[in-house]
Amino acid sequence: MDAIMLQEKLVERLLCPRVRTARQKEKQYVGFATLPNQVHRKSVKKGFDFTLMVAGESGMGKSTLVNSLFLTDLYKDRKLLNAEERINQTVEIIKHTVDIEEKGVKLKLTIVDTPGFGDAVNNNECWKPITDYIDQQFEQYFRDESGLNRKNIQDNRVHCCLYFIPPFGHGLRPVDVEFMKALHEKVNIIPLIAKADCLTPTEIKKLKDRIREEIDKFGIKVYQFPECDSDEDEEFKQLDKELKECTPFAVIGSNTVVEARGQRVRGRLYPWGIVEVENQSHCDFVKLRNMLIRSHMHDLKDVTCDVHYENYRAQCIQEMTSKLAQDNRMESPIPILPLSTPDVDTEKLIKMKDEELRRMQEMLNKMQQQMHDKD
Amino acid sequence: CPPTRNSQQQTSFKRGSDLFGYVGIDAVLEQMQRKTMKAGFEFNIMVVGQSGLGKSTLVNTLFKSKVSRKSCTSNFEEKISKTVRLHAVSHVIEEKGVKMKLTVIDTPGFGDQINNENCWEPIVKYVNEQYEKYLREELNINRKRRIPDSRVHCCVYFLPATGHRLRPIDVEFMKRLGKMVSIVPVIAKADTLTVEERQEFKERIREDLTANGICVYPQREYDEDPEERALNDRIRKSIPFAVVGTDKEHQVNGNKVLGRKTKWGIIEVENVAHCEFANLRDLLIRSHLQDLKDVTHNILYETYRVQRLNESNMNFSELVLSTWPLGNGTDKCETESQL
Repeated sequence: MDAIMLQEKLVERLLCPRVRTARQKEKQYVGFATLPNQVHRKSVKKGFDFTLMVAGESGMGKSTLVNSLFLTDLYKDRKLLNAEERINQTVEIIKHTVDIEEKGVKLKLTIVDTPGFGDAVNNNECWKPITDYIDQQFEQYFRDESGLNRKNIQDNRVHCCLYFIPPFGHGLRPVDVEFMKALHEKVNIIPLIAKADCLTPTEIKKLKDRIREEIDKFGIKVYQFPECDSDEDEEFKQLDKELKECTPFAVIGSNTVVEARGQRVRGRLYPWGIVEVENQSHCDFVKLRNMLIRSHMHDLKDVTCDVHYENYRAQCIQEMTSKLAQDNRMESPIPILPLSTPDVDTEKLIKMKDEELRRMQEMLNKMQQQMHDKD
Repeated sequence: CPPTRNSQQQTSFKRGSDLFGYVGIDAVLEQMQRKTMKAGFEFNIMVVGQSGLGKSTLVNTLFKSKVSRKSCTSNFEEKISKTVRLHAVSHVIEEKGVKMKLTVIDTPGFGDQINNENCWEPIVKYVNEQYEKYLREELNINRKRRIPDSRVHCCVYFLPATGHRLRPIDVEFMKRLGKMVSIVPVIAKADTLTVEERQEFKERIREDLTANGICVYPQREYDEDPEERALNDRIRKSIPFAVVGTDKEHQVNGNKVLGRKTKWGIIEVENVAHCEFANLRDLLIRSHLQDLKDVTHNILYETYRVQRLNESNMNFSELVLSTWPLGNGTDKCETESQL
């Protein structure tokens, strides 16, 4: 039953006397089993948000994949730079936001794109703008959370990063390893093998095994799927196991619809056959989509909030407190209270407090001076 | 031209509308629900009122379990304490796979003395202490994933069924606590009022509440949208609910019902023609339980937090590192049991 209708029905019963029907089975029923519905109703009203980052060199099919995943066209008016223009290009961070609604559930999806990554001749530390961006979002959230007005905090933290590994090589390249190591403690990394239609199934398997080995060898912490509940049915557990053994996912994306075996499917048309994006025997696109959206979106957000963000926060606080301990003088308080959008009253209050502190500091200095003079 | 190779169809794939339209984001809702169900819920309810108004009986009837010990049982030590001591007891109850940790906070001694001045102070202190505990945990460097929530989500205030108006102690209490916690006033032992007397009493109480600027749950100013306002307006027109509680069952028309048996008839607790217990239960548990928690967390707690951050001229880290002991005016015998 629709949660809002349920709520209204309950209020109706609340206020109007009614004929007593067979109440035997209701006897032991208290009624808080409706709690999940009550929570549900609020979430439907609020909607969800999700921030996805895509990283990898140009031409890996990132934009196409994003369009395929969310069935939108986010990159309609994109202008691709030529080689000359790209020589001096630095890594940029570009955000696209789109609101998707399905069956009454609203999702505000933000895609963070990183054009220029790995494209230059010298790619030293090309991940720095990306780590800086992620840290900035954490910092912004930290300030908002510690602030006075917490009513409408916007969560811009990056919940997941899809990293595209080119299929051409023999496993991870140095830039792949360095990138993932720089980011694995800040964001959930999901490595993907891009443009997997240039590999045969055996080659894919070899490459996946190789990549998994190297991930272990270099100690890279990619996103781990949570363990299945012990009370889930066997089929679910089997699917879950298959999912875990399939990583990293080998994906193909397509914006075009082709005709295959009498049906219209998303795919790529080659002289030697048609690659269907949503065919599980062709690539892992369906597995990725199911995992990302249908079964693990909430867990990705939770891990970001509970693990990555908390680590950042703990680190931040420790740095601040060690700084405070080192400086013995009394400084003006470290700005944790919001500097972003204080309202008039808060501003006045902050100004007042600052004034007080300044006065106190002056007095202290004067006293110190006096004591100094006395000696 | 080279011969085309037919792809082998091994596994099925999504068809028709799935292919072109369905992304699957509504599954996020389900994921979230599953997670919250696993984690379970917490609910803290405080009962305030003079001795003998049937507080424990009502709570037991509400949750259909013996979650509160009645002071009228023979082996209970009869002692009217000199001060109000708060008493919190927790139980874990489960229904249809949903687990709830219910904490009932009792306030024996409230309003029982000859001089009841300031008898609400221990209660104010307790409510603030729970807010403070939560705030400290939130500010901690290494904080828990789920901060244990001991904040009072709902305070049921028992009005004796005098039939007249609010008494001064009622006004004083609700004025002070109304801004800190969601108060749900109820008319206790309402089987001494006829239906007409009940209506008039309720009207007079509502008048008194408005006249004194007391905000009870659902607070008008916290309604989020017109839909919610309409829903809550109807509730506001019928509070306070007149309730009767009991744990005894009797036979009525071949059915077993919860009721109080008197010489002139049986008062059926769950019969809306007799008393408004079912309405109270539906409000508190079946429709607005989550809302009570949300109002506590998003509005009342935030108000407390802003106040604290403003008045402490300290910066963030000092607050975290300070070691203030939490004052102890409460008798916290927390017993957890699985019912």
